[in-house]
Amino acid sequence: MTDASSVHAAPEQQRRTLLQTLELDTRLLGMIGAFLVISLAFHLMTDGRFLTPRNIFNLTIQTVSVAIMATGMVFVIVTRHIDLSVGSLLATASAVMAMMQTQVVPNWLGLGLGHPLVPWLSIAVGLLAGAAIGAFHGWLVGYLTIPAFIVTLGGLLVWRNVAWYLTNGQTIGPLDPTFQKFGGINGTLGATGSWVLGLVAVATALWALWQARQRKQAHGFPVKPVWAEITIGGLVTVAILGFVAILNAYEIPARKLARMFEARGEVMPEGFAAAYGVPISVLLLLAVAVVMTLIARRTRLGRYIFATGGNPDAAALSGINTRLLTVKVFALMGFLCALSAVVASARLANHSNDIGTLDELRVIAAAVIGGTALSGGLGTIHGAILGALIMQSLQSGMAMVGVDAPLQNIVVGVVLVLAVLIDIIYRRRTGEN
Amino acid sequence: MATPLVEMRDISIAFGGIKAVDHVTVDLYPGEVVGLLGHNGAGKSTLIKCLSGAYQMDSGQILIDGRPATITNPRDARKYNIETIYQTLALADNLDAASNLFLGRELTTPLGFLDDARMEAETRKIMKRLNPNFQRFSTPVASLSGGQRQSVAIARAVYFNARILIMDEPTAALGVAETRMVAELIQELKRQGIGIFLIDHDIHTVMELCDRASVMKNGKLVGTIRVRDVTEDDLLSMIILGKTPEALTDGA
Repeated sequence: MTDASSVHAAPEQQRRTLLQTLELDTRLLGMIGAFLVISLAFHLMTDGRFLTPRNIFNLTIQTVSVAIMATGMVFVIVTRHIDLSVGSLLATASAVMAMMQTQVVPNWLGLGLGHPLVPWLSIAVGLLAGAAIGAFHGWLVGYLTIPAFIVTLGGLLVWRNVAWYLTNGQTIGPLDPTFQKFGGINGTLGATGSWVLGLVAVATALWALWQARQRKQAHGFPVKPVWAEITIGGLVTVAILGFVAILNAYEIPARKLARMFEARGEVMPEGFAAAYGVPISVLLLLAVAVVMTLIARRTRLGRYIFATGGNPDAAALSGINTRLLTVKVFALMGFLCALSAVVASARLANHSNDIGTLDELRVIAAAVIGGTALSGGLGTIHGAILGALIMQSLQSGMAMVGVDAPLQNIVVGVVLVLAVLIDIIYRRRTGEN
Repeated sequence: MATPLVEMRDISIAFGGIKAVDHVTVDLYPGEVVGLLGHNGAGKSTLIKCLSGAYQMDSGQILIDGRPATITNPRDARKYNIETIYQTLALADNLDAASNLFLGRELTTPLGFLDDARMEAETRKIMKRLNPNFQRFSTPVASLSGGQRQSVAIARAVYFNARILIMDEPTAALGVAETRMVAELIQELKRQGIGIFLIDHDIHTVMELCDRASVMKNGKLVGTIRVRDVTEDDLLSMIILGKTPEALTDGA
C-alpha cells in the first residue's frame, strides 16, 4: 500500500529545523512563551514587584490546588466527559477532614486534640471519601449512561450542600498544625532540603532522558544527536535548579524568625537568616504531576484513556472495558479533589463553607488553556499545570496592578476563549485534528 | 468432511423488534474463504459481529473446532484467535500505529509499564512484511492515508496469529494497487490454513477470492453455494431476488 507522503519523507528529514531536532513540543513552548510575556508585562506594570522571589513563591502556592485538580480533569476531558462538581467535591472532602480533626478523632475516638494520628487519619478518610464520591459519579456515567454533564451538575449542588450539612455551615478551625504544613507557607523544606530535592530531581530527569535514549538505541531506532540531548538535559537542569534558587531567595522575615526562636525558648543569633525554600504543597503537586504523567504515557490505564477518547467504539472493540474505565477516571478525579482539599484548607488554616467555590471553572479552564481538547483524545498533564499557572498569574497580576474586580473576571473569560481559538488555529496549521 | 473451524448455528438477533439476523446458519473450514453477500442492511455485518463479540446474539450457537464457544465480548473472541478487520477500521486516530496495533494487548516491561519501544519494533517488523512503504511510525494514524490506515488495521489482525479472520469490506477505501495487495494477502493467509469470512459488495472480488459464498437478504440466509459452480449472474440473482438457482444444491 504505497502512499505519496512516504515518498517525500526523505527530503523532509534533511530540512529539519532546530526545534525538530530537539524534539521539543512547540505547543508547550508557546505556552511557556505566553506565560513569560504575561509575567514580564505585569513586572513592568507593577514597577518590578511581580517577578520577585516573594511573589513567585506566593504564585506557586496559590496555583497548587487548582493545578492538582486540573491534572485529573485532563483525563476526564480526554475521555470526552466533563466534571462540574470538582469545587463542591473539594468542599465535601475538606468538610470531612475538618470534622475528622475537630470531632471524630479527638472526641468520638477519644484520642484528644493534637494526637499525632489526627492529621493522617483525617487525610486518609478524606482521600477515601473523595475517591468514593468520584467512583460513584463514574458509575452513574459509565454504567447507567447518564451524561457526565448532568451527573456532575447535580453533584455541584449536592456536594456543596453535603459539606454544609457536615459542618452546619460553620467555619471549622484552626486545623491541626501538622495538617497545616500541607498548605504552603507553614510547611516548607528550607534551603538545604530544597537543594537536595532539586539535585534529586535533576538526577532523575537526566536518568530518564538517558534511559529513553538507551531504549531507542536497543531497538535501532533513530536517536537525537548527542548535542541535542545535552542541550535538553542542560535546559532541564537550569530550569529545576533555577526554580529552587528563586524559592530559596525568599527569606523568612526577621521578626517571624525571632518569634520562632522565642517559641523554642532560644535567642536568635545575630545576623541569622533562613529561607522558606520549596513548599511541601508544591512538592505534592510535583509528585502528582510525575505520577499522572507516568500513568498517561507508560501504563495501560493511560493508553486506554487516550484510546477511548480518540475512538470509543474502537476501544470497546479492542476489548477495553470502557465503563469500568470511566469509573476509574472519575474516582481518580475525586481522589485528586480531596488532595486539593488538603492543600486548600491547610492554606486557609480552617475549613470554610465556601471553600472551592467556582473552582470547577478554574480547573476546566486550566486544562483547556493547557491544550486539552474538549472533543477528546488530546491533552497533557504538564499543559494543564501550566494552564493553571497562567490563570493564576493573570489573576494575581491584575490584583497587584489594581484592576477592578469585575474587569479581572472579564479578562480571564476573554483569555480562556482566546486560548482555545489560538489552539484551534495552531492545530489546523500543524494538521492535527 | 473434517470438523469446521467455525459453525454459527441458527443465529438470531433483533434490535427493537426488527430481526436483523433471522435463524442464519453458516460455517467455515480451515484454509477457506467464505464470502458473505447481500444488500446493505441484509444483516451480514450484524451476523459477523456476533462472532467478533461486538454484539450478543439472542439465540443460536457458535461452535469453534466443533466445541460450543461462549463469546460475549471482543476479549472472548480474541481468546479463540478470532480477529476482525472492521469496515470502519476501528482505529484510535489520536494514537500511533504501534499503539493501535497492540491496543488491548500491550507489551509491558517487567515492572508493568508499557514497552513502547518493543511494540514499535514489532510493528516495524510486521509492516515490513505487509506494506514495506510504511514509514510513519510515530505520527497519529489520523494523519495517514486510507491505504496506510487499512494496513495498520490488517497488521493488527494478522500479528496475533489469527486462526479465524473476519474482513468487513477490506478493500472499500482502497485504490487498485492496494486492493491487489489485500487479495495477495488473503491468498497467503489461506495457504497458512486460516479461515476467512469476507464481507464484500464487489462480485468480482468474491468470485476471485472466495471458495464458497453465503448470501443474505432481509436478515435471512438465501443460500450457500460453491463459487466455482455458479456464474456472476447466479450470485446477483441470489442477492437481488433472494432465491437460490434450482440447479444448485447447498454447497456445504
